[in-house]
Amino acid sequence: MRFLPLTESDRAAMLAAVGVPSVESLFAEVPVNAPPLALPDHQGELEVSRALTAMAARNLNAATAPCFLGCGVYRRHTPAAVDAMIQRGEFLTAYTPYQPEISQGTLQYLFEFQTQVALITGMEVANASMYDGATACAEAVAMACRITGRKRVMLSGNLHPHYRAVTATTARYFGGELDKLPPDPIGIEDLIGRIHGDTACVVVQNPGFFGHLKDYSALATACHEVGALLVVAVTDPVSLGLVVPPGDMGADIVVGEGQGLAGPMSFGGPGLGLFATRERFVRQIPGRLVGETVDVDGRRGWVLTLATREQHIRREKATSNICTNSGLMALTFTIHLALLGETGFARLAQINHVAAVTLARRLAQVRGVRVVPSTYFNEFAVTLPKSAKVVADGLAARGILGGVPASRFYPQFPELEDVLLVAATETNTAVDMDMLVHALEDML
Amino acid sequence: MDTTTLQDEPLLFEKDRPGLSGVDLPEPSPLLEDRLGGLRRRGPVGLPGLSEPDVIRHYTRLSQKNYGIDTGFYPLGSCTMKHNPRLGEAMARLPGFAEIHPFQPVGSVQGALELMNTLAEWLKTLTGLPAVALSPAAGAHGEWCGIMTIRAALEKQGDPRRRVLVPDSAHGTNPATAARCGYAVESVPGNDQGRVSLASLKARLGGDVAALMLTNPNTCGLFEDEILEIAAAVHAVGAYFYLDGANFNALVGRVRVADLGVDAMHINLHKTFATPHGGGGPGAGPTVLSQALAPFAPLPFVVSGAKGFTLVESTHRSPDESVPSGRLKGFHGQFGVFVRALAYMMSMGGDGLRQASGDAVLNANYLLASLKDDLSAPFAGPCMHEVLFDDSFLKGTGVTTLDMAKAMIDEGYHPMTVYFPLVVHGAMLIEPTETESKDTLDRFIATMKTLAARAKAGDSESFRLAPRHAPRRRLDETRAARTPVLRWKSPVAT
Repeated sequence: MRFLPLTESDRAAMLAAVGVPSVESLFAEVPVNAPPLALPDHQGELEVSRALTAMAARNLNAATAPCFLGCGVYRRHTPAAVDAMIQRGEFLTAYTPYQPEISQGTLQYLFEFQTQVALITGMEVANASMYDGATACAEAVAMACRITGRKRVMLSGNLHPHYRAVTATTARYFGGELDKLPPDPIGIEDLIGRIHGDTACVVVQNPGFFGHLKDYSALATACHEVGALLVVAVTDPVSLGLVVPPGDMGADIVVGEGQGLAGPMSFGGPGLGLFATRERFVRQIPGRLVGETVDVDGRRGWVLTLATREQHIRREKATSNICTNSGLMALTFTIHLALLGETGFARLAQINHVAAVTLARRLAQVRGVRVVPSTYFNEFAVTLPKSAKVVADGLAARGILGGVPASRFYPQFPELEDVLLVAATETNTAVDMDMLVHALEDML
Repeated sequence: MDTTTLQDEPLLFEKDRPGLSGVDLPEPSPLLEDRLGGLRRRGPVGLPGLSEPDVIRHYTRLSQKNYGIDTGFYPLGSCTMKHNPRLGEAMARLPGFAEIHPFQPVGSVQGALELMNTLAEWLKTLTGLPAVALSPAAGAHGEWCGIMTIRAALEKQGDPRRRVLVPDSAHGTNPATAARCGYAVESVPGNDQGRVSLASLKARLGGDVAALMLTNPNTCGLFEDEILEIAAAVHAVGAYFYLDGANFNALVGRVRVADLGVDAMHINLHKTFATPHGGGGPGAGPTVLSQALAPFAPLPFVVSGAKGFTLVESTHRSPDESVPSGRLKGFHGQFGVFVRALAYMMSMGGDGLRQASGDAVLNANYLLASLKDDLSAPFAGPCMHEVLFDDSFLKGTGVTTLDMAKAMIDEGYHPMTVYFPLVVHGAMLIEPTETESKDTLDRFIATMKTLAARAKAGDSESFRLAPRHAPRRRLDETRAARTPVLRWKSPVAT
């Protein structure tokens, strides 16, 4: 067993030192031992690799299939340098930086990450990351309720349904009263008119789940007039290279999914929750925060800070039960963004937008296909002349990952049955688009 | 004040060469008309420009300021810092796993669902419980899953109840989780054997108790030997028995928690099943559930049928796809972590996992036996997979637990967990794991004996000055908290 360094003679010597006859005798206090378990015995790398590779081969993967899927997870090219760096054992096999003197690598990259997230969202401060965008959204709503002392929360119909569902799960237990607007593919919902004096926060997504890009400045003002907060979710961080960030629109909390800059799609996990807010709310932020300080020699360094918010100090009075963040994903994100830099980030965003505009123009020429939003970044809803699920399944049978049917999230809304969500990124070639368009022409 | 020196690595932002990029992207095709609706970003973001070699060197230098399992012995108690096999990294990067999207048609991801189902079967077999919710993203998230599921089951019976009992030695996440699920948290004191006091527990149990959250082995490194009586007492009042599985590495392959009367338990895949801790995540916290709790498991779940695997992502019971305990996380769980964990499990096999828990417990007991006369152990052995010392051996020396930890850094070790659990004074919780050799342990023992002797000899000054051989010496945490500086700001802007 290649991971176990004790030899039989080591074990015998150690048992003698402990003064017990066998390992089993160390378990004498266990009242019920397990029967022999129906599990296979240990195997070598080759055998395990063979079995798992066979499983992987049963998936249609985007390395070979043209992929136009989005809905909060995007296929991106990650520079080779990123993966090389994150596999350095000093990063990969470290834990939470409890001992800052020997964790300055993790602490400095998290400090840089916090700065990058604050910059791209247009906010003042950001935390060291959360599990994913959906849990970050739920934490933002809980935080808004704590800050305002109110319980009423409005969720836009353009917010990702998983973000809505996770927020609903969380809110049930802290007493949040959710005003959930129905899905809004057309982009016409009236949020301002529904704000009340007892609204804690309004949660929107920009670009929205169905693609719409909107200016939420007026909504921010309307929220602030009644003492409510505006929470804005962003499901693809690359959009922030091109679009006015939520901070500039007056958002109080920005949450997001960082996967779009944090490596492969990986079936949707692990993700990277982004969380940014205003400096005045800093002591209400959930999750880990890294702050700058100096050591006894006066040299600059970083530590985990404001831990008095957290569960290991506050126990049942903590702002959240969250213990760790998503460190390695934050590292992936921060290296990718460091490589892109100011010019690369803007250019990557523009390439994504151009790809989407090009694709939308081509899809609009397919008989029966209508592009729904008039504004979007790299993803948009289209309506089809038949069931979007049938079409998506048919495309997959032809080796094309052509879009996500809205009915997957909203099976109870028959009016969404013909809605397909389509995304384009820098990874989509003109050939990919040809294949999708021709397949649709054939099927519709 | 400029406090950087040549030995320091500047921040990315201080290395900015405007216009540089480490990625060559093609010139975007011109657009006749964009679709941004006038919402094009105005002004720069403020990101620095660096070339690829700049970036590689930056992160290489940062990595050298870190300490990982690969660097050396990392006996951080309760965190199970065992070796992270690289096969898992390779498997998670197979295009068939890395390059698949969560919303592909289910028929096109049968291999991914098979992997999740296989992982679930392993976890069920190892724990003896019949169901598992895979989606929790970490241990604390799994606790939340467990307590929410328990609450949902109780609500179905008409009364969610009011209190959750938590031993005073518990991880801080336990009370925080119970509070987040709307429960009042009541602490249960331990006895002088370092275990939960059964009498105190029974005195607190009642018809308004929803659950007991217990860690076993507990955070003192001891097996709760009255666990069957504890389970019976909890069940007698109609409450559920939640086990914090953070210390499952001591039991895996040898003890099925179902046989101990457990109703729900989260499993930290990043501890017991060797997936990388990654500097603090991502982890995964699948939660095994009893038959009674299984119907209240959160979405999504994989179902194996005659025509292959299906993924249940929604129910029609309510518009927001809520089963009673709803959805905990976006998408389908920490899939990349599942791949790594399964690669580890298959490598170890049932026989290897049993050997691993045995070796983990043997290693901890070897440390206890070798150090008990030099340090001070508050509870008699044998211990399980981790060993707890307190600071009574330092009494009168002027050296604290923190000083000991910092001195260990100078000796080349990552310190143990300090000041936790809270039930002993100046706690030092050492978890060697099974992936450390006898040679490593012997050298560690020698170092600890030397440090203890130095402390007792009155050399407190050298402890106070430690660490001296680390990228940084002791950092001013008070200053960091009093005037938080949480991001870099341009000197021009401030």
